[in-house]
Amino acid sequence: MRHKVDGRLFGRTANQRKALRRGLMVALFQHQRIETTVAKAKEIKKIAERVVTMGIRGDLHSKRLALSYVPNRAAISKLFSEIAPRFSGRPGGYLRIVHTRQRVNDRAQMAVLEFVDYEEVKEAGKEKPEQKEKQKPKKAEATKKQEKEEK
Amino acid sequence: MANPTHRHTKARRDKRRANWKGQTPNLGVCPECKEPRLPHRACPGCGSYNGRKVLQVVEKGT
Repeated sequence: MRHKVDGRLFGRTANQRKALRRGLMVALFQHQRIETTVAKAKEIKKIAERVVTMGIRGDLHSKRLALSYVPNRAAISKLFSEIAPRFSGRPGGYLRIVHTRQRVNDRAQMAVLEFVDYEEVKEAGKEKPEQKEKQKPKKAEATKKQEKEEK
Repeated sequence: MANPTHRHTKARRDKRRANWKGQTPNLGVCPECKEPRLPHRACPGCGSYNGRKVLQVVEKGT
């Protein structure tokens, strides 16, 4: 019986799971919005909201606690200085999951995991560098296609 | 362990499977672009869900 056993295993060993969790959390705090599978989004949402609450508390102890979840100083300092202050009045529920498409590779249901004020932040112009990053790979693909055609 | 004594004919097998039916997905209509879409999911046509969500909807062939 698997009663009351919380959390998802993702078919990974404990160390791989930890690494996956850290990687996704860092990506989430840096980009404010990520696309993953629904299961991963739900798992990360649970932990990330706990860490954001630490960010709202904002003292040194909570910062050290947060670093124990996400040992990445860049991500945590961004969380404490930029993200957490935006949520200072909010009692939880900082993240939103929107189901999007089914991944082509394996038909997995994908979802966007984003901070609930993502739209406002994007309009404030902070996310422009991210859009440029998205355009670059397309150009790279286009040039590759041209190369193929030339051959 | 108990095992089947006789093999079922193809007819028997297929008659059994004749009752396996596909289900039509519970499609709704997107309020933004009128395309059919699954409930609780961003619209594949215009990428909206309670406002804008999926940024770019890429057309086929790109």
